[in-house]
Amino acid sequence: MIDRVLGPRGPELTCEQCFEELDRYVEVEMTGGDPDAAVPGMHAHLRGCPACADDHESLVALLRAERA
Amino acid sequence: MTVVLPAPDVLDQESAEWVRTLASPLDSDAAIARLYDLLLRAARFEIHRRRGGFHDDLAYQAADDALTAILAKLDTYRGASRFTTWAYKFVLLEVGVRLRKRAWEGREIPLEGDALETRLRGRTPQGAAEMGEFLTALRDGIRSALTPHQREVLVAITLNDVPIDVLADRLGTTRGALYKTLHDARHKLRAHLAAGGFALEEESE
Repeated sequence: MIDRVLGPRGPELTCEQCFEELDRYVEVEMTGGDPDAAVPGMHAHLRGCPACADDHESLVALLRAERA
Repeated sequence: MTVVLPAPDVLDQESAEWVRTLASPLDSDAAIARLYDLLLRAARFEIHRRRGGFHDDLAYQAADDALTAILAKLDTYRGASRFTTWAYKFVLLEVGVRLRKRAWEGREIPLEGDALETRLRGRTPQGAAEMGEFLTALRDGIRSALTPHQREVLVAITLNDVPIDVLADRLGTTRGALYKTLHDARHKLRAHLAAGGFALEEESE
C-alpha cells in the first residue's frame, strides 16, 4: 500500500508517452529483449499508474493468445 | 486521406501491406473492413478475459472508436512495432476505459478518506504497531503537504481504488492530467517524509 501511495521513485513516462511506446515496449518484452532499456521510464510508470498497467497487461495477454 | 508512409525497409511485409491498403483509394474499403474485424475480435477477447461475460455492445463501441482513432493517426505509425500490435493498443484502451466506467456506473466516487489513518492502517499488511510513526507522518503529509485537489486525487486513486480514467471523467479532465497531479502529490509526500527523517528505500525490481 505504501508503494501505491508514494508511487515509483525515479523518472517515469507520462500516460501519453506510455501509450505512444506501449506497442514497442511489449514487442521487445515478448521477444526476449530488454524493454526497460528500449523504453526508459516505462517500467516505473507501469508501477505507478494502474490504468496504464491494465493496458500493458491486456496487450501482453492478447499477443500471447494470438501466438499460442 | 494523405498518408505519409514509413520507409518500406522499416516495416515487415504484413505491416507494410496494412498501411498501403488502408491508404489506397482502391483498397481502403476492404482493408478497413478487415481491420474492423480484427479490432472487434480483440475487443471480444479482452472483455471475455476481464469479465468472462458477454458485452457485445461494448465490443462494437470499442472497435468503432478504435477504428476512428487508428485511421486518424495512421500517418503517425512509424513501424516501431507490427501494425497489428500498434492497432491493438487502441482497441484495448477503449475496452479498458469502458469496462472501468461501467463498473463504476451509479457509484459515488469517494474523493476523501473520512478516516484516513484507519484506511492507511487497514491497507498495510504489516499492521499498525511497527508502522505507527511512519503512517502518522504519511497521514499528516496527506493532510498538510498537499493541495485539496492533490489530496482528493491521491486518496481516491491510491486508497479508494477509483480508476484514474473514471475519476478523470467525473472531474472533467484527462487521465494524463490527473496522473500529473498524482505524480506531483507523490513527490510532495516523499519530500514531506524525508524532511521528517524517514528514509525511503529504493524499490526492488
